[in-house]
Amino acid sequence: MEPDEQSGLMRAFEVANVINENAHTRTLLFKGRLESARPGQFVMAWLPEVGERPFSIAASVPLAITVSSVGTVSAALHQLKPGERAWVRGPLGTGFRLTGSKHLLVGGGYGAAPLAFLAKEALKQGGQARVCLGAKTETELLMQQRLYDMGCEVRVATEDGSEDTRGLVTQLVEQAISDEPPDCLYACGPTGMLLALAELCKRHQIPAQLSFEALIRCGVGLCGSCELPEAVCNQVGLPAGWLVCHDGPVAFLS
Amino acid sequence: MEELLRTNFLGIVLKNPLVVASGVLGTSASLMERAAREGAGAVTSKSVGPQPREGHANPVCLAWGNSVINAIGLTNPGCQQELPILLETKHRLKALGVPLFVSIFASKAEEFGEVAKVVAQAEPGLIEVNISCPNVASEFGEPFSASASSAAAVTRSVRAAVNLPISIKLAPNVPNLSQIARAVVAEGANAITAINTVPAMLIDARAGRPVLKNKTGGLSGPAIKPVALRSVWELAQAICVPIIGTGGVTCGLDAAEMIMAGASLVGVGSAVVNGGPAIFAKIAQELAEFMQSEGYQNLSQMRGKAL
Repeated sequence: MEPDEQSGLMRAFEVANVINENAHTRTLLFKGRLESARPGQFVMAWLPEVGERPFSIAASVPLAITVSSVGTVSAALHQLKPGERAWVRGPLGTGFRLTGSKHLLVGGGYGAAPLAFLAKEALKQGGQARVCLGAKTETELLMQQRLYDMGCEVRVATEDGSEDTRGLVTQLVEQAISDEPPDCLYACGPTGMLLALAELCKRHQIPAQLSFEALIRCGVGLCGSCELPEAVCNQVGLPAGWLVCHDGPVAFLS
Repeated sequence: MEELLRTNFLGIVLKNPLVVASGVLGTSASLMERAAREGAGAVTSKSVGPQPREGHANPVCLAWGNSVINAIGLTNPGCQQELPILLETKHRLKALGVPLFVSIFASKAEEFGEVAKVVAQAEPGLIEVNISCPNVASEFGEPFSASASSAAAVTRSVRAAVNLPISIKLAPNVPNLSQIARAVVAEGANAITAINTVPAMLIDARAGRPVLKNKTGGLSGPAIKPVALRSVWELAQAICVPIIGTGGVTCGLDAAEMIMAGASLVGVGSAVVNGGPAIFAKIAQELAEFMQSEGYQNLSQMRGKAL
């Protein structure tokens, strides 16, 4: 019997197309669907004989994952050509939940990967989606054009000033909030950025949904590898022992 | 509910008989505290050995229906690094009235004693001796649980090293389970934990390959419940020390069945995959409701009923 999305088993997906996002990031578009996937959820992608790594879901119908080449598995995924296959288990974890109608999306580095999927859902619901993207330098920016083409207002900050505002994405967020407070902020990126955003949202009394990254091994809430450090939990008001793969990756702060 | 489920195990009082099985949520003080707060009666830490181990590469674990197959590969920081974690965990669990059990492993019989000596400094309520991990055969060779003599040698080593209660964790895939259990009890084991995961594998037909990086792994969850029940039932008739019955318990009825097979405590592991850490309170509630509906006033009245 073919395994289904809820089985937890690997399912083979044929690559339909590969999109170059930036110098070291590609989006793999597959032929199959992952009907039940929500923005912010993730899959474990497996290449036999190579390994398995978590990737956020970039689109569900058809399935797409955005892969930055940072290790063996992601480098091997980058080599895939249309017609070749990767294996995927999932969707896993807890995704974003669109709240209200004025949405502010924030991506740091390759943390921008799931934001186009989220923006698409937000716009489909008739909401407004503003996006703040940050990266070290212009060549590391992700999803900027795609989000703009979808009709989102996109603001960009680079740490070296190579594109738009020089500085951190948090400065853009501060500005965006003062322009018009959103109903909810959704963010994905490095922990430092998420902590700064948590603080900022608390100050402005804006609900925040933050997607954390971690070393994920079992992916099903069993092995403990992806536990968010207790200090981080304390800082953002999450219960200690919070598991990124099971409780998250998206944390809901109010 | 408290009266129904409270139980005495080797002189320790537990608020309920549900134990977090080793390998599940047992990696840090904060996670073990969470399991205790979520309703576990006792918490077992993840197996710790003499040296740090990274464990196997991914894929290390897959859900298979409601069951789970894993080959994590005994990932642990080594007993010296683990000790401060255990001390902190003991401190936090004590405040909640939940005992800490510590699982240990090693590759040689004498090393088990050395690891036991280190973890004993945290004064756990029980040291569980994992001689039956099915996922490290390529490095460790045949598990100590495969024969009465090797299982007894490990027990002797640990018994000589510590005065704390010890439980030996046995594998079901042997033809002489009772004989092995009698041998470890004769060497001073205070309890038996049964069973470990069952050696298994998954092959992906389209990949034409085993899915786990380690190729084989250990099966747990509902798929092995009948195997666990049979093992506990056999052991309960062969030995007179308490049994921690573990394997496939995901609801109150499963826990009742395990106790009726003769278990004193009930290990819960893979149920966390579908139920999250909140599963412990849920199983405890369901067990209490079952006992009420069937007229059991305490666990002793139910224990061994199916023997």
